[in-house]
Amino acid sequence: MAAKTITLNLKIWRQAGAGASGRFEAYRLERLDTDMSFPEMLDVLNERLTLEGREPVAFDHDCREGICGMCGAVVDGIAHGPAKETTLCQLHLRHFQDGQTLTIEPFRAKAFPVVKDLVVDRSALDRVIQAGGFISVNTGSAPDANGIPVPQHKAEQAMDAAACIGCGACIASCPNAAAMLFVGAKISQLALLPQGELEREQRALAMVQAMDREGFGNCTNQRECEAVCPKGISIRNIARLNREFLRAAFIGEPLK
Amino acid sequence: MSWFTRTASSSLGKKYIMALTGLLLGGFLVVHAAGNTTIFFGRSVFLFYASHLHALGIAVAVAEVLLLALFLTHAITGLLLFVENRRARTSRYAVCSSAGGRTWGSATMPYTGMIILAFLFLHLVNFRFIDHGVTIADIVAAVLARPLYTVLYGAGLGALTLHVSHGFWSLFQSAGISHPKYDRFIRISAWLVCGLIITVFAAILLLLLVNSNQLS
Ligand code: FES
Repeated sequence: MAAKTITLNLKIWRQAGAGASGRFEAYRLERLDTDMSFPEMLDVLNERLTLEGREPVAFDHDCREGICGMCGAVVDGIAHGPAKETTLCQLHLRHFQDGQTLTIEPFRAKAFPVVKDLVVDRSALDRVIQAGGFISVNTGSAPDANGIPVPQHKAEQAMDAAACIGCGACIASCPNAAAMLFVGAKISQLALLPQGELEREQRALAMVQAMDREGFGNCTNQRECEAVCPKGISIRNIARLNREFLRAAFIGEPLK
Repeated sequence: MSWFTRTASSSLGKKYIMALTGLLLGGFLVVHAAGNTTIFFGRSVFLFYASHLHALGIAVAVAEVLLLALFLTHAITGLLLFVENRRARTSRYAVCSSAGGRTWGSATMPYTGMIILAFLFLHLVNFRFIDHGVTIADIVAAVLARPLYTVLYGAGLGALTLHVSHGFWSLFQSAGISHPKYDRFIRISAWLVCGLIITVFAAILLLLLVNSNQLS
């Protein structure tokens, strides 16, 4: 099949650095192969900009196969663009029309300061994980497989939550810049398993506290997050977060 | 900070407060709508209901204070959340579009909340803080016979519809009540209760506008 090509008009957010004020710059790209992915298109643009002696567009990416969570930008108001359950790196140009204009912005949230152009600092999510998104075990020789029995349906649910790649699209798309889908997924993947049981209460309290400290907003159940999540994480995980925290706060054993 | 203030002032704590006060206010709405249905049966039934309600004496006063506390808690926490949520996004998107999660109700919660608050003042000025020299039936009939008030009350009702269309479902989610077994049940019941309440209030508005003799 002969490759199809299209022309796209891009309006890309350019911002020199964290404190700098940004603005949109327009670019026109012709004869783009529709089998190209979004970052490949940005590569084409950047090669051109470099040859012209201009500053290339900074954007985050790593695996380019939808599993690492590094990529992400808001395309025409939708985090990761218009395709459902798709990361920006897996979004191909065949989803767009010839001659279409795309507005490309960074994820915007107070907790995600812009580093440069489309790159934002998402280390707030790392700090939330460091607060409790782990289990404490002695390392040593690998334990026997199935040493701890886990019901199949629980394992499935935990795996669904663990599909979160921490890209931050939920926060970018939330009208309140809330991080509850992320935290809900990270709490759920452990709360559902026996390994997570021991630190269950402490984890819920500590992670919510860390989330609040980072300046994320408050969830108002608008469900934009699950609509853009490239891994299709359900807001049922937010309900579980709400339960876990409620339980920890009201009937959990006092920590100290 | 005690564990309680720490919990209540956290992001999730504020959600619980909104959910709990929202549930209780929703309960009040149901009772209010049920009581108002006596208007459909004419003056004597309505006055009978009103006199029996006021015969409860001190209980009415206590209920009023509790209601005031509920409204204030819900409104103040809501405003706090509104401000915090706006602060959580310092720079706005140039293009804003929905990926399909938001509803009219969920997207307008703080605004419909403020309209309801304004409407409440009007409602209390109309029916609570007035000279009760004449019967409540005459007062209600006089106010709601005026098209201006039909419009104002209609606007309040519209805001209320949007607000509870999201709120009735949302409060369960905030309380962590979500399960494939009863998700649909909660959603559908939330819509039904919302629809029922609004239908009652809207019917009263229209009835008193077109039939000036309903309460005489
Ligand atoms: S670059 Fe790894 S998920 Fe997109």
